[in-house]
Amino acid sequence: MAETAYSAEDFAPAPALASVQGISRPSLSYWQDAWLRLKANRRALFSLYIVVALLAFTLVGPFVWRLDPALQDLEQISQPPGADRNATIVEPYRPWNGDDAPTTASLRLVEPPNTQAVRLVWAPLPGADGYRLYRNIFPVGPERAFGLPLFETLDPTKRHFEDRLDLRPQTYFYSVVALDGQGRLTDAFETVAAEVRRVITVEEAQAMGLVEEGQALAPGDGIKLQAHPLGTDYLGRDMLARMMAGARVSLFIGLVAPLIFITFGVAYGAAAGFFGGWIDQALMRFSDFVVALPFLLFMILIRVISGVQPGESGIVPLVLAMVLLSWPATARLVRGQILQIREEGYISASRLLGAGAPYLVLRHMIPNTLGVILVTLTFAVPTAIFTEAFLSFIGMGVAPPTASWGSMCNEGIKTMLTHPHELIFPALFISITVLAFNLLGDGLRDALDARMRSTE
Amino acid sequence: MASNTISSTGLAVRQLGLFAFAAVAGLAALMWGPNLLANLTASASGANSAVDAANNAITVLLREEPPQLDSTRSTDQVSGVVLGHVMEGLLRYDENNALVPGMAESWRIDTEGALFQLREDARWSDGQPVTAHDFVFAWRLVLDPDNASEYAFILYPVKNAEAVNQGLLPGDALGVRALDDRTLEVDFERPIAFFDKLTAFSTYLPMRQDFYEAMNGGYGADADTMLYNGPFVIANWVHGQSLDMRRNLYYWNQERIRLDRINVGYVTSDANTSLNLFKDDKIVLTSLTPENLTNALEQRWQIHRFMDGSLFFLEFNHRPNRLTRNLNLRKALYLAQDPNELVYKVIKLPGYLPGASLFPIFLDGEQGKFRDEHPAPTHRMDLDAARRHLALAKAELDLEEFPPLVVLTGDNPVSNVQSEYFQAVFKKNLGLDIKIDRQIFKQRLAKMTSGDFDIVLAGWGPDYNDALTFGDLFASWNLNNRGRYSNPAYDEQVRIAQNALDGKTRMAAFAEIQRIVHEDVVIIPSYERGVAYVTHPRVQGILRRVVGADTDYTNAYIVPEG
Amino acid sequence: MLRYALKRLAQGIVTVFFIATATFFGMHSVPGDPLANDKAMSDRIRANLEAKYGLDKPLLTQYSIYMGNLLEGDFGISYTQENRRVNDIIREHFPVSATLGILAIAFAGLGGVLWGALTALYRNRLPDLVIMLLVILGISVPSFVFAALGQLLLVNLNDQFGFSLLPVAGWGTVTHMLMPSLVLGLGTMAYLTRLMRSSMLEIVNADFIRTAKSKGLPATRIFTHHQLRNAILPVITVLGPSIAAITTGGFVVEMLFAIPGLGRYFVQAVQQLDYTVIMGTTVFYGAFLVFMVIVVDLLYGLIDPRVRLE
Repeated sequence: MAETAYSAEDFAPAPALASVQGISRPSLSYWQDAWLRLKANRRALFSLYIVVALLAFTLVGPFVWRLDPALQDLEQISQPPGADRNATIVEPYRPWNGDDAPTTASLRLVEPPNTQAVRLVWAPLPGADGYRLYRNIFPVGPERAFGLPLFETLDPTKRHFEDRLDLRPQTYFYSVVALDGQGRLTDAFETVAAEVRRVITVEEAQAMGLVEEGQALAPGDGIKLQAHPLGTDYLGRDMLARMMAGARVSLFIGLVAPLIFITFGVAYGAAAGFFGGWIDQALMRFSDFVVALPFLLFMILIRVISGVQPGESGIVPLVLAMVLLSWPATARLVRGQILQIREEGYISASRLLGAGAPYLVLRHMIPNTLGVILVTLTFAVPTAIFTEAFLSFIGMGVAPPTASWGSMCNEGIKTMLTHPHELIFPALFISITVLAFNLLGDGLRDALDARMRSTE
Repeated sequence: MASNTISSTGLAVRQLGLFAFAAVAGLAALMWGPNLLANLTASASGANSAVDAANNAITVLLREEPPQLDSTRSTDQVSGVVLGHVMEGLLRYDENNALVPGMAESWRIDTEGALFQLREDARWSDGQPVTAHDFVFAWRLVLDPDNASEYAFILYPVKNAEAVNQGLLPGDALGVRALDDRTLEVDFERPIAFFDKLTAFSTYLPMRQDFYEAMNGGYGADADTMLYNGPFVIANWVHGQSLDMRRNLYYWNQERIRLDRINVGYVTSDANTSLNLFKDDKIVLTSLTPENLTNALEQRWQIHRFMDGSLFFLEFNHRPNRLTRNLNLRKALYLAQDPNELVYKVIKLPGYLPGASLFPIFLDGEQGKFRDEHPAPTHRMDLDAARRHLALAKAELDLEEFPPLVVLTGDNPVSNVQSEYFQAVFKKNLGLDIKIDRQIFKQRLAKMTSGDFDIVLAGWGPDYNDALTFGDLFASWNLNNRGRYSNPAYDEQVRIAQNALDGKTRMAAFAEIQRIVHEDVVIIPSYERGVAYVTHPRVQGILRRVVGADTDYTNAYIVPEG
Repeated sequence: MLRYALKRLAQGIVTVFFIATATFFGMHSVPGDPLANDKAMSDRIRANLEAKYGLDKPLLTQYSIYMGNLLEGDFGISYTQENRRVNDIIREHFPVSATLGILAIAFAGLGGVLWGALTALYRNRLPDLVIMLLVILGISVPSFVFAALGQLLLVNLNDQFGFSLLPVAGWGTVTHMLMPSLVLGLGTMAYLTRLMRSSMLEIVNADFIRTAKSKGLPATRIFTHHQLRNAILPVITVLGPSIAAITTGGFVVEMLFAIPGLGRYFVQAVQQLDYTVIMGTTVFYGAFLVFMVIVVDLLYGLIDPRVRLE
């Protein structure tokens, strides 16, 4: 066992070092800590990027993609993204009176079929007192589904027809069926296939800005129609341009209205919950009153009072109406929470320490209701967007041709099966927006929650 | 600690599972309750498939709930459809749209008046006879100022009708009398060429005084507050849900009715719902929209088309101080658009016809069809001419720049698309700015009446099968002339058409009206409306009508299987 | 408790009175002519119609007459369905909306609490993420899209099975109610899920949970008696107004599924300016909503002893 030798120095006080007293990491304020934790939350950060991207899409997009969202490209109605856009130049349309109707040949096309018109003539069918002409998108099978009835006559000498109805570059199957004296279908019919080419006249091409300066186009030349990366809607308007224009309306309504009414609702609810007693009673009865007002009626009223003129978009009155009529739900929710928190031990403690009412509410109560408030906020975003859509639907929303995501959804639902892109794109953008704000809301909740401070 | 958390999570999840089970059980109980209630209170809609051959019944859909079935006051089309099945007037239209005897078995009409002989076996649904007094009562009721019937004007050909309706004469001054129970005599205000057609209209239907008065103002609100004299009776009416029509055993012409039951099982105006119900074999007929046409083609259904006789047009405001009072501006707008493009590229539904005239093609002329005898003026889009007229208009109106024109429109999808189309067309072709004033129903009507618009998207459907129903639309005294067009030459022709009995004179007058409307650009005709629809392959005899109940199932029957 | 309830009911009546007043004057200041129709009418007929509905009297007189009738429980006669009493319209169509709404709320409430609790328990793990994505889909796709998709699904299912599994539209039996109430409840369910998750998370770290754990209570008991009971409060708070919102806001679903609910009549009434129906439905719904709020407030006191009712 070794003896340890102690010297006097061993018992001397240690020198006071500044580094021991120093704090190893800088002290963080509540907000600094929140920001740090938000930055550490990968999902929240990701959602922040989405929000920035959406803002860029809305604000910068129209400068990059300069197509007018109201421009109607009637040659390309309801085109899906990436559709073929080749067209051939033809002479302008000239009326046709069918004077080359044959006497012997069966159903045939008079000239090469194109999207301007398909012209058909046919020879008399045996025993026909009249004819009905159909068009289909597939060959007539044994079930005799002839397709769309386009023309009917009880005059057996009328044996020509010109089809101009919504012609698209595809193959159509035309059938002419003989009718009896009462106009009923008989068994006699003939079919012809028509492979329709997309055509455009020089004037139309020029009007669409497809012809370059000094470029001479002659019938028969090929030309590429306007590109539409996200396709077009029911009036041939560019979906991308409309999505960008619609983003302005929808994001404005979807962000501004909820922000304002939730802020107000929180203040209102906090006041009611904090003061309690007759103040609470009075405030809550007023909020009951506002909830019960018929939204639609007062929406109309507010528009009228704010003097929206025909053709004006009326977005501001819309937001105003939403704010005036939507806050009570938040107020009620926050009041409920405050009532609960008011009885907590730390409130009493803080009160004993001499905290004033504003301090108690702002520092203790509202931060503790943040979770619920943020959920409400994230849900208010799509609700506001769809309220606008519903109002557009019944003619009280933004004035045409202004687009909004909600009203584009409304239009898109009609063509859901045939042209799904008209519904999917606006719905997708709304979903992305909602997703971003939800994740951001979650991140904010976690970051702002004082109880979770430095636990992660 | 970590494992503890997980195990407590596991327990909690098990707890949640229990909770979920209880929830589902509770929900099932909750559903069962209302089910029991529903079974007790109401007949379920759509319990049947579209065709029920065993009970000789079909199920159909109505676009809207009939607001009321009081024939003296009903104005809308849906009520007209139901009334067409359960009521019958003096005359009616048959399956070829020819006038045939209804409650009247014979009649005589001359320049002074008409005499109707009612059939002996005409019965109300309570078994009592339909008498001439029932017509006298109904017509007086229509014209009674206190009843405020909006369709009273259609009885104005009867002597003193207008004066009675204005409250200037007492009700019994009306020129209609029951000579006896089966003879009805009518005096005319002035000679009229088409009174027989009017008697098939729903406002001319009979009504029995004792029953009406017993209902104490509730007539026609429910199935049991009405009397029926048509081929069917309403056995049960659950508002907004179902309307059950059964064969009327007291109807005089039992051979005509081949169905025992027509069940309105659904009330909705949604086109996709209607299509889905048809696909699911729940209803026998559905209309198609341009959006679901492809769908119908893929199902290999037999598609029908029909033109309902309504004309749609851009109506100008001709009031003083309105820009659209200027003829050159109207001409410019007329020449800068092409109804063919609207119909073929924007509306895209077979059956629609590009508008060319105030008079739709179904109207009869002197021998054949009016439009065959007097072809509509041809219209070619001509941008150069349009711009010339616009420049003239600008000079005449002393304007530097045209202010935006306000286009008033309704809130239905078709008018939305149209107004946006016209907005783009006038902007592109004339550089004119258009402001779309989209308004819900009553606000739009109020603005139309007060003249708060430049152009309104309007439409007109025929009340009776005579060209006058369109011809007098822009007479200066006609209240439906919302643009307040006023032209003595036009009025003169309307008077000729109203008073003459001779077909040639009348058609010449209508031809002149057609010319004035075109040359003065009173309106821009857009299209004549069409309908594309599909029907159940086992149901035949469904009638579509331009005038009267559309759709008419009274003659329908079920084809035996195979 | 009883005294409180009675006091609240008295206050509720005053609230309903104010709702009726505001709606009455609001409605009359909306431009548009309630009597106008597609066919123009002569001045004489107009005057008669005005007299019939009392519109020829000064507005204040109309108001006092209406309020007088309201006290007697008479809502008047509809403008658009001229022979129907508004009382009958409400009596016939409210039960339909209420049934639909209660079912939807049941779906939403049960689903919301269940999913919300699950997500909180599995915080940031896979079930949480999946449910969250579904929730986001649930709120960012509007109900008319769900309705259309649901209907399409039914048509194709029925087609596949060759018999009618569930009806595509219509009303009358439980089978008719399933799809529309599910569609109607989806949005609220998503909302409640989020709300539940958030309030559950706030409680997970609370002192009393730690106390309960440390005193060795079984996890299930902690969950049901401490966590769930505390977390459910905000859910109850929004449930009250939600019931009213869902029973009134079912317009789109009612339209698409051909359901004869009151929501359809109300929207139609506003579009058509049917004064008596607007007033009748607003007053009725206002009373209903106020009542629901009172019920919720009473529930508050029962569930959470910390909340003092007075």
